[in-house]
Amino acid sequence: MPKRKDVHKILIIGSGPIVIGQGCEFDYSGTQACKVLRQEGFEVVLVNSNPATIMTDPEMAYKTYIEPIRPEIIEKIIDAERPDSLLPTLGGQTGLNAAVALAESGVLEKYNVKLLGADLESIKRAEERDRFKKTIEDIGLDVPGSGYAHSWQEAEEIIKHIGFPAIIRPSYTLGGMGGNVAYNVEEYEKYIQWGLNLSPKNEVLVEESVVGWKEYELEVMRDRKDNVVIICSIENLDPMGIHTGDSITVAPAQTLTDKEYQIMRDASLKIIRAIGVETGGSNIQFAVNPENGKLYVIEMNPRVSRSSALASKATGFPIAKMASLLAVGYTLDEIPNDITKKTPACFEPTIDYCVVKWPRFTFEKFPGTSPELTVQMKSVGEAMAIGRTFKESMQKAIRSLEIDRYSLGSKYIGKISLAKLKEKLQTNCWDKMWYVAQAFRKGLSTDEIFKLTKIDPWFLNNISDIISLEKEINSTALEDIGPQLMRKIKEYGFSDKYLASVYNISEAEFRKHRQQVKVNAVYKTVDTCGAEFEAHTPYLYSTFEDECEANPTKKKKVIILGGGPNRIGQGIEFDYCCVHASFALNEIGIESIMVNCNPETVSTDYDTSDRLYFEPLTFEDVMSIVEKEKPDGVIVQFGGQTPLKLAVPLEKAGVKIIGTSPDSIACAEDRKRFNKLVEKLELRQPYSGTAMSYEETLEIAKKLGFPLLIRPSFVLGGRAMVIVYDKKALKSCVENAIEASGEHPILVDKFLDDATELDVDAICDGKQVVIGGVMEHIEEAGVHSGDSACSLPPVSIPPKVLDEIKRQTKLLAMELKVKGLINIQFAVKGEDIYILEVNPRASRTIPFVSKAIGVPLAKLATKVMAGKTLDELGFTEEMHPKHFSIKEAVFPFLKFPGIDTLLGPEMLSTGEVMGISDDFGIAFAKSQMAAGNILPTGGNVLFSVKDSDKKKAVALAGSLQQMGFKIVATKGTCMEFIKNNIPSEFVLKIKEGRPNIVDWIINGQISLIINSTIGARSIADSFSIRRTALDRQVPYVTTIRGAAAVVKAIAAMKEKKISVKPIQDYYVQEPA
Amino acid sequence: MKAILLLEDGTIFEGTSFGARGQKCGEVVFNTSMAGYQEIITDPSYYEQIITMTYPLIGNYGTNSVDWESRKLFVSGFIVKENCKIPSNWRNEASFDEYLRKNNVVGLEGIDTRKLVKHIRTQGAMRGIISSDEFDIDVLKKKLDQYPGLVGRDIVKDVTVDKSYGWTDCVVDVLTGKERKDEGKYKVIAFDFGIKHNILKLLCSHGCEVKVVPAAASAGQVLKEKPDGVFLSNGPGDPAPISYAIETVKELLGKVPVFGICLGHQILALALGGETYKLKFGHRGANHPVKNMETEKIEITSQNHGFCVDMDSLKGKDIELTHINLNDNTVEGIRSKKLSAFSVQYHPEASPGPHDSSYLFKNFIELMSQHTGR
Repeated sequence: MPKRKDVHKILIIGSGPIVIGQGCEFDYSGTQACKVLRQEGFEVVLVNSNPATIMTDPEMAYKTYIEPIRPEIIEKIIDAERPDSLLPTLGGQTGLNAAVALAESGVLEKYNVKLLGADLESIKRAEERDRFKKTIEDIGLDVPGSGYAHSWQEAEEIIKHIGFPAIIRPSYTLGGMGGNVAYNVEEYEKYIQWGLNLSPKNEVLVEESVVGWKEYELEVMRDRKDNVVIICSIENLDPMGIHTGDSITVAPAQTLTDKEYQIMRDASLKIIRAIGVETGGSNIQFAVNPENGKLYVIEMNPRVSRSSALASKATGFPIAKMASLLAVGYTLDEIPNDITKKTPACFEPTIDYCVVKWPRFTFEKFPGTSPELTVQMKSVGEAMAIGRTFKESMQKAIRSLEIDRYSLGSKYIGKISLAKLKEKLQTNCWDKMWYVAQAFRKGLSTDEIFKLTKIDPWFLNNISDIISLEKEINSTALEDIGPQLMRKIKEYGFSDKYLASVYNISEAEFRKHRQQVKVNAVYKTVDTCGAEFEAHTPYLYSTFEDECEANPTKKKKVIILGGGPNRIGQGIEFDYCCVHASFALNEIGIESIMVNCNPETVSTDYDTSDRLYFEPLTFEDVMSIVEKEKPDGVIVQFGGQTPLKLAVPLEKAGVKIIGTSPDSIACAEDRKRFNKLVEKLELRQPYSGTAMSYEETLEIAKKLGFPLLIRPSFVLGGRAMVIVYDKKALKSCVENAIEASGEHPILVDKFLDDATELDVDAICDGKQVVIGGVMEHIEEAGVHSGDSACSLPPVSIPPKVLDEIKRQTKLLAMELKVKGLINIQFAVKGEDIYILEVNPRASRTIPFVSKAIGVPLAKLATKVMAGKTLDELGFTEEMHPKHFSIKEAVFPFLKFPGIDTLLGPEMLSTGEVMGISDDFGIAFAKSQMAAGNILPTGGNVLFSVKDSDKKKAVALAGSLQQMGFKIVATKGTCMEFIKNNIPSEFVLKIKEGRPNIVDWIINGQISLIINSTIGARSIADSFSIRRTALDRQVPYVTTIRGAAAVVKAIAAMKEKKISVKPIQDYYVQEPA
Repeated sequence: MKAILLLEDGTIFEGTSFGARGQKCGEVVFNTSMAGYQEIITDPSYYEQIITMTYPLIGNYGTNSVDWESRKLFVSGFIVKENCKIPSNWRNEASFDEYLRKNNVVGLEGIDTRKLVKHIRTQGAMRGIISSDEFDIDVLKKKLDQYPGLVGRDIVKDVTVDKSYGWTDCVVDVLTGKERKDEGKYKVIAFDFGIKHNILKLLCSHGCEVKVVPAAASAGQVLKEKPDGVFLSNGPGDPAPISYAIETVKELLGKVPVFGICLGHQILALALGGETYKLKFGHRGANHPVKNMETEKIEITSQNHGFCVDMDSLKGKDIELTHINLNDNTVEGIRSKKLSAFSVQYHPEASPGPHDSSYLFKNFIELMSQHTGR
């Protein structure tokens, strides 16, 4: 069937900020959709609040709205653009929920907008548990016993039939948020209440537990002619009970006979038809009883998902692209397979390798929370590895994770008693595989380990094989490792780094030895078809076999090193920059070669670069590619800390790093060298020092005085960075920082209290420096720049100071001989300017600034690195947008019960949103709305602020009161208000009696909370205020400057209507 | 233990032996199914073939006494990247290694199977010898030179049964153990050219009374049984030399409805006056898209064939093309309405593979219903 004739203008809703459970996989799918629909001649209207996405690049859509993904905002966009269709299945749960809301409220009908792919009924059949259950049972399949509760009474009734353990899942939440396993009545009641609160519809599903069963997923596609194909099967190594996003997963399914697999395939076909997904991809999850093969249907996502992104990367079949084409009327047999060109997309990919996906956690960021894995997702990213065997892929996946682990070695878990080990095997810890490996070392049998872990023996036996070979390695001298054994070791996936450590030599020496016995990596193609047809797409992975399929070209080429798995501090922003590097190289006729191991990203779409190596970002793996490709240069400054760490070793190995030299990058990180440079330029830094021990730190503290800012060097995202106010707290902070810093010294700075922080991004070609943008942080200095909201242009900095900041930026860029991007963080106190940090590389803010000013900075930087000058590129003047762009951070606090929501120097946010408007207040209001912080326009505002903030609080309370809010405050704050003639109601703190603040919040009497605090005790005292506010979804602000911006936003919201405008229009208004 | 594969063009692959020790010649082919190796290795159509699995990890779920597709293993050799020594599955009864040893099949593991597959893809399926007890290349080469290959040879006679017999087993659900059986009305004579058990089970499950006859059974013998339909089975090798069967089918056509699968399809085409030819490397796997020309819908099919029907040769003979392969547009199904005969090149009985085409068995029942008026 050809293209539909009744579709011309399509609205696509993105997934918004990166949060746990919804990562950059939706940028990958959305970008594919925008690209292919545009090619097909459709007008695409896009709404997404996340500026760090490729899909929100202005050329990706006809009209791009970087606006909050809220039904009332989308209605305005629909009203302005009048699309005839809405494609709801590409923006994750956020996009789908927004589409459902628009359909249910009648907006789609009002404006005559069709839902493509899946209609409202189908979406509800898949999403609403009781309807899903009924649909599945009607077609003769089984689901776990379950019931739907809207109250504790209903929940009590259900548990009588189901029994413990029981799984509690709130309806309509992301990433299984609020999901839990209850083993007793007490836990059950707690989780039910929590779940009811979290569910937007106050509904929870209570399910019979199938904990310990095997878990599978099938990726299914259907077209308008009812052709259905399975793209990929995925088997979870971790059994049921751990969210699939937190599980190690393997493609294809490994331990099913064809008879069982076909039962699952038949079930999937029946399900997608019964649910009624008309066209597109769906993901269906199954649980299988390992004892008798009994099959339960667990859930279905009637949209593209994290798993579909993984399946696309695992097979080479681009699910989102195909889903988009199917949505506009094509059928599978009409679309060619991208990779083989000659065969159609209507087939089921078959692969001749094994794929392992491993989740990446950041529990170290949230010491207050339990690191146990449950049915609620907690991982922030993932790495994928491809190898010819599970053993190889698994070991490649480990070193792809960027957790400084290069093997299953026992050194990573330390000495552990057998009893403790067995206990570990029974808990769902993130690093369980290291304990499994240790268990084999200690002589436990596969059967014993299976009983403790419920991990399928097939996986366990493979680990046992690895450990057996590890023993052989440990008992063989290096010179005795001949070609045959070396080849076997590498086939098993052991890293050079691990092997070098066994023989106590450097990695480079080991590499030399390995190459002497002629064992080298070869590259195989991901081709969707197991080599049955010729592949035309160089999508490659390494292995150790005979034939190499890499076939490098003789063109001029550059390798771009990607950022690896997403984690807090290093996310989609860096992938955005890498993708732009690739696009830029393409524009100037240089072959682009991408290396990355993150399956969620646009960079690992085989369509993005000329060649893609899906490989870990370690010295060994990158060096092998460099030796094969012999590039003209390697770009390390776009992928964040991961490739930067490789810069020096690669350069030492003779690799040409293009752009700013690794030495300059190191100079900016090396405190002593950098201090000299700053002195030479006669600029100012906060007084500081470096230390290698607690004693040294104490010495510095005596000189500088408190407060101090303590942080490790060479880390991203403010890892282990803290502000220390007194000597008491110093010791443990220093210890943490020393641990995170490794062999590098820790940095000790005088902390500038109440200063304003600024971020500057600029570009330099060695001859001139052009400012990209200056951002003023909304929160005061001390909140990590990644967590702070910021405004471009600045709002409170005098022009004179701004000019001086720009002058300093240019000076530093030239002095560091920057070729490419540079990011500098300044603190301003009055007219004094301090340099906090210089990063001569792509920063997290590059996509935001690029979107704000309408200039693709990363692309320009790439061209500069490839030898072009800014003059040649025509970018010689700073842009001065007249509109305000606000970046706001988004946090994962809700996913981690019991942790505080206070902001500090350690970065905790997972994603960001952008609010744009000609008015600062409205732009800020939009940013809050997009981040899920819906600001009120009336009600009670609660103030509880630290002494130093009280003066400012008075002014804010006064404005709010004038706008009609009632002011409520805790004792000290209240007294200050009354003293200043602001009527304020007094409310008790937690320890002062009842009803107290928390009671007020729970009773829904508070519509906004402004709470700032200082010192360990008062932080502890006010913790439950912040946590209750979070759990009850009451907007809250924890800094007084943040509160000031909120007040401005509320004032603007009361005065003006929030309007929408596509970014393309902002740029047209303000030509360069 | 070492094992090697020597191809007729002199290419050598050296790896490790598993399964039985020995040497055997055969045509080297590849199969792209990711599961179903037990069904594949027991499929008589693979007689005198050395199978390379493109999926590297084989043997993961072991073997069992249910997933057999015939009475014994007919393959000449089996090649995998990594054979799983300790399988894991509730249905497992013996490891793949044990199974091959017990059934005397030589296995080779640890070679770059993708390289071998690409070699076959570009050079075409070719003769080869697999050996785990003789490594003198000259000796092996001599043996290989004497091996005639598949073209022009009748190898059906090596796999068919000696005597006819009744078949009564139905398809059994592996999870519930329940038999699937419809009400029965029709008597079917099934020619055994190397028939897969799942075809017989499906015929039974569709309510047929099934009698299996040797490949050389005459039309007279068949008609004497007064069947409502005749089934032409799958089988190994080149269809052209099976002249006795082609002649028999010619005699049967028009007298009784005929349904053919794979080799049976090719024999039907030959009986209708068509021709067959050898494909470069054949179709073997469980993911081939086939378009049903009537419904325009796509079926994902299980395939295993090295020869193919030439549609041009059937022009002007009132034969419809009912199915085509979307990968290479080759013939996948034909029908003669006038003669109440139809056939498909692929495997609607699956096992292994998807069940998308199981409707063809129903079509056969309907055809018999129309023909008999019952």
